[in-house]
Amino acid sequence: MLDADFFRRWMAATSASVDREAERLTALDSPIGDADHGSNLQRGFRAVTATLEKEAPDTPGAVLTLAGRQLISTVGGASGPLYGTLLRRTGKALGDAGEVSEAQFAEALRAGVDAVMTLGGAAPGDKTMIDALVPAVDALDEGGFAAARTAAEEGALATTPLQARKGRASYLGERSIGHQDPGATSSALLVAALAEAAGE
Amino acid sequence: MKMLINVPESVVADALRGMAAAHPELTVDVENRVIVRRDAPVAGKVALISGGGSGHEPLHGGFVGPGMLSAACPGEVFTSPVPDQMARAAAAVDSGAGVLFIVKNYTGDVLNFDMAAELAEDEGIRVAKVLVNDDVAVTDSLYTAGRRGVGGTLFVEKIAGAAADEGQPLERVEAIGRQVNENSRSFGVALSACTTPAKGSPTFDLPSGELELGIGIHGEPGRQRRAMMTSGEIAEFAVHAILEDMPPRNPVLVLVNGMGATPLLELYGFNAEVQRVLTERGVTVARTLVGNYVTSLDMAGASVTLCQIDEELLRLWDAPVKTPGLRWGM
Repeated sequence: MLDADFFRRWMAATSASVDREAERLTALDSPIGDADHGSNLQRGFRAVTATLEKEAPDTPGAVLTLAGRQLISTVGGASGPLYGTLLRRTGKALGDAGEVSEAQFAEALRAGVDAVMTLGGAAPGDKTMIDALVPAVDALDEGGFAAARTAAEEGALATTPLQARKGRASYLGERSIGHQDPGATSSALLVAALAEAAGE
Repeated sequence: MKMLINVPESVVADALRGMAAAHPELTVDVENRVIVRRDAPVAGKVALISGGGSGHEPLHGGFVGPGMLSAACPGEVFTSPVPDQMARAAAAVDSGAGVLFIVKNYTGDVLNFDMAAELAEDEGIRVAKVLVNDDVAVTDSLYTAGRRGVGGTLFVEKIAGAAADEGQPLERVEAIGRQVNENSRSFGVALSACTTPAKGSPTFDLPSGELELGIGIHGEPGRQRRAMMTSGEIAEFAVHAILEDMPPRNPVLVLVNGMGATPLLELYGFNAEVQRVLTERGVTVARTLVGNYVTSLDMAGASVTLCQIDEELLRLWDAPVKTPGLRWGM
């Protein structure tokens, strides 16, 4: 079973990972975006860690709902609402149980990913974070956290040959081909942090 | 690149403090980044709220006041504001008649305004939205995030603002805003790139002797690059691009808009050429506005926006307005 502490560890591991990878995320965002993905997420997840320490929510749902709200209030741009919605909707789907099973979490995360697709209007193959998140949720159902991590990383790598159809990269048209999507890359970091929090 | 700033991090806050000092008729919340007309909420009237990344001044904060916006929410330079800003603005300006969000079509702006609408609706505020997407330079809307919102935003904010000021209901103000957007088209050119305070160097490299055609307002490159053209040639290219997309039927409002670093002397000369091309194409001009209204920091260049109007829209355009950036009739 997964408790509130597990989800706090997930957020802390994500923040540490985004800190380590911020420069790489910004570098990926330079040729096809506006070169601020790493710094925006860094600001956001640092604020998440701080608010979780301060407010100390005691259920899995409350941890993720608070984390999502904090991202939405801090980041701006497109990534703030998208990542914020992912966590907030996942948190809401978990309800107010003190502990949740892996299967319950997988189902809630799918609801979160669905909400991101509804909000951003992106489908798989549009060269967005969805290309890492959808394979991760599918793998989580079947193989657990480690399988989800592998699937997300493969999904992010597979965005390189795609042409962007959503977000600011889409204005580049064919010139977006050949670059790995920064949003899919940061999504893979988020999923990898799940495995880290689970000690896998 | 030399800039008249203290440090890049405080550029937006510094500008808001200066705006507060210059415009006592506005309430400027520097910490929460919301600019509100001081007499809000105005009883019985729909309130208009807009916002977006900073760097496009006077858009949007300079258009807050009677006859136009009730509030504006500036984000970081070229980064959309967060939902809390618009939710706070909605709570400050709603009289019970509802609020209209005017949103330029960029992914970040759309998402943050949508989330703000949810927050405001949770507080019992009625929210409607008009999306502005008037840039004809984005041709492949099916496979992009869609056309960008640029100069047409000024027409939407002014005309919908006048309708709200008359006391028209939310549904009607929204419909008028949509009508203005659907009848507006823009095309912009850059003679130089712009420099964001954080980056400190130009966003793209544009050699002297060349220009970018079909630019947006965030320092991004345009549709194509060409050898430098005369003002008359640029006017022909821009007006033709617009009329190709929106064949002329009715009289038009014309906005000849500077991108930030082009002198009014050049803008008026460019306007003469725009008017010549419109006359040649048989387009009747009802009103013309020339100046720096929807800018891109220190970019040199200009955009042309045409809005096809009927008698009702012209009446609303002519209605009194009193804002830092646009003022007539009162």
